Amino acid sequence: MDELRVAGETTQYIVIKLGQEQYGIDIRYIDNIVRMQHITRVPKMPAYLKGVINLRGEVIPIMSIRLKMGLSADEETKATRIIIIKLEQYGTIGMIVDEVKEVVTLDTDTQVEKIAYDKDDSNFLQGVGKYDGGLISLLDLNAVVQEKV
Amino acid sequence: MDVSQYLEIFLDETTEHLQNLNTQILELEQDSENMDTINEIFRAAHSLKGMAGTMGYKRMQTLTHDMENVFSEVRNGTIKVKAGMIDILFQCLDALEEYTTNIRETGDEGTNENAPLIKMLNDVLNNTSGAKEQPEKEEVKKSEAETDANGGKKWLDIKLNSSDRLVIGEAQKQGKKVFGVTVKVQESCLLKAARAFLVFKAIEELGEVIISSPSAQDIEDERFELDFSLVVITDVDVDKLLGAINNVSEIDTAVADLINLDSMQSNEERKSSADHAENTAKNEVKAAGPAVSGQTAVAPAADKKQAAKPSGGKPVVNRTVRVDIEKLDVLMNLVSELIIAKNSLVAASTGTSAKSGAAAQSGVNEQIEYLESVTTNLHESVMKVRMVPIESVVNKFPRMIRDLSKKLDKKMELYMSGEETELDRTVVDEIGDPLMHLLRNSADHGLESAELRAQRGKPPVGSIWLDAYQDGNNVVIEVRDDGNGIDTQSVKQKAIERGTITQEQAANMSEKEIIDLLFLPSFSTAKQVTDVSGRGVGLDVVKSKIEALSGEVEVKSKYGEGSTWIVRLPLTLAIIQSLMVVIGGEKYAISLGSIQTIEDVLPEDIKLVQNKEVINLRGSVIPIIRLDKELDVESAKGKDENMIVIIAKKGDKTAGFVVDELLGQQEIVIKSMGKYIDNKCKLISGATILGDGEVALILDANALI
Repeated sequence: MDELRVAGETTQYIVIKLGQEQYGIDIRYIDNIVRMQHITRVPKMPAYLKGVINLRGEVIPIMSIRLKMGLSADEETKATRIIIIKLEQYGTIGMIVDEVKEVVTLDTDTQVEKIAYDKDDSNFLQGVGKYDGGLISLLDLNAVVQEKV
Repeated sequence: MDVSQYLEIFLDETTEHLQNLNTQILELEQDSENMDTINEIFRAAHSLKGMAGTMGYKRMQTLTHDMENVFSEVRNGTIKVKAGMIDILFQCLDALEEYTTNIRETGDEGTNENAPLIKMLNDVLNNTSGAKEQPEKEEVKKSEAETDANGGKKWLDIKLNSSDRLVIGEAQKQGKKVFGVTVKVQESCLLKAARAFLVFKAIEELGEVIISSPSAQDIEDERFELDFSLVVITDVDVDKLLGAINNVSEIDTAVADLINLDSMQSNEERKSSADHAENTAKNEVKAAGPAVSGQTAVAPAADKKQAAKPSGGKPVVNRTVRVDIEKLDVLMNLVSELIIAKNSLVAASTGTSAKSGAAAQSGVNEQIEYLESVTTNLHESVMKVRMVPIESVVNKFPRMIRDLSKKLDKKMELYMSGEETELDRTVVDEIGDPLMHLLRNSADHGLESAELRAQRGKPPVGSIWLDAYQDGNNVVIEVRDDGNGIDTQSVKQKAIERGTITQEQAANMSEKEIIDLLFLPSFSTAKQVTDVSGRGVGLDVVKSKIEALSGEVEVKSKYGEGSTWIVRLPLTLAIIQSLMVVIGGEKYAISLGSIQTIEDVLPEDIKLVQNKEVINLRGSVIPIIRLDKELDVESAKGKDENMIVIIAKKGDKTAGFVVDELLGQQEIVIKSMGKYIDNKCKLISGATILGDGEVALILDANALI
């Protein structure tokens, strides 16, 4: 996606929290944000695929970003939300996040930096955004959703 | 006049008429004297012509018009139906089908004139006026013999008009050489047009091509069979010319000779009647050109090219279902009942405050029951609207078997039953290809050669059956043949050769497991690859296609006696009756269609056979599947409690599922689980949303057994 952007363009991100860290999800992929609800388990699935929920008559698979990234399991609190994203390749998927904070607008040129990490979760990021003195890790959704080979 | 709004109707009716024609002409082949059939054919052809004309499809109209002419003569008794004629008629139908497909995909009929076909039709007509009544086949032979007599020098057939003559004469006067050349490309050549182009280029370096047959345009479009003829003016001698041509690869033979104007003329005289003016001769070159060299195969080749072009684009016409008006009336009635039911519910709930609690409650319950019966009926009716008889798909098969019979040179007969069996439109549309594969498979691999049949004491004509019938919530389609059956030994051998299985594995495999190998991708036991089957892309496609429709395929075979392919398809895909159960606190739905009975079983009744749990139920031993283990959950029930066992059936196999609790029967709407998760779990065939908004998964009993 990044290559396609014209200089000076801005992108909006929704900032979410996983544990102590802040992550940004490109707003264009986001269909909806819903409260945590009962998830029906689907047997014989990898652990990060929590199951399915009913979203206004549609059955939608739910995954845990935490488990996918190798973090500890989700702890459900009042702030826990499910972010419904739509991806061309995988269809509609819900992702469990600890908290949804705000929407930020980042200038692609000056505020977003592509950084190569050598940590484990590096392959889930497409860059790091600088905002309000803090850092936001920008998630590469396709990489998050993609199955491990 | 804007006729686009009638396009859908036109396409629908054309398809129907074509199907009708196919069936009727097949009948005509059996009984060539049947006046009813002939009349029916005439009527169908006539309607087709009228419709094509109204819609402005000129080429289609011309072709049907000529067909109609033939039928009209047949009806008048001036022409007798012959085998050759039937073949031509079938080719015409294929050409018409091509047109229809083109129209459906692009809105235009395409540019294929089908001139050879029209000429052949006219030949059929002319034969009668000349009172010769020669069968078409002899005619073909005759013209072939004629060209053979020329020793492959087909350029002798080129008809020259006066200006061509003048040019040739002039060139000869100037001392140049004028050659007639016939070039034949190899049969295996894939890009005939490209080769022809290279030949043209080679010749043009040495001289000038003044005439070509077929025309340069036709050659460029690959509208020629294997050879083409040219008249060339050049300074070089014949060897050099031939050398240049033979330098082009994939050229079979090239013949060239000096042209003698007199011999060309006499040739023309021999072919056409004496009073033929030269101008009409010129006109005829156009029509006869491809017919002389191409005969019949030209048409299909050109058709194929045409069909390939427009595909890929979005079809111009949406798919439609024709609905019986009665079915719609029933729907309308049900919808009005639904509204009444809703109103009564509203009345019952507003009345609650006025009445005492219990009375109001029973009023609401009554209305809910009423509502339930209305929705059930509504569902049934909507389903019926979507249902179409499989007739529309299977009707093309007799024709296919007839063609296959000729192609494979095996005598065979197709017997069909249950064409009226109804299936969901989406399923019917998809089922055609797999069934065709199975039939071809039976015709090619199944049925033995005539000698082998005689040896085995079987009737010389092989039989293939296609039976369709409804079985509970499924529709079963069986393709059966009395042929060779599956040679499991040879399948095993082949699998070992290919490295699919090892020797040891092979030794331990059951008959059924070996047969299942056939469904693996790229597995074919035919020793010879034919264009009918044998490439091994058939059966795995059949299987995946049918499984995509939530169906399954099963094979029963006895070596030497024949095989049966059983295709089982669900009646409808959207809504099913199901039994809701609880397993380890989770709710699951099981399709009622596969459930036989529900049994209460004591733990001590479970026996172990080969380390597998079974129960003995009224004399039959049934394996037990503990769903809690299958689904990785903890059963909420203690070990000593009585078990609830659901007995389910798949084909002729039975199994018992152990569940914790039964919730009752419920009509559920099947939902896809989304791209991301679908088909990842074999045990789950889908999901449904319950009354409380929760999602319950649908267990696939077939996958579990």
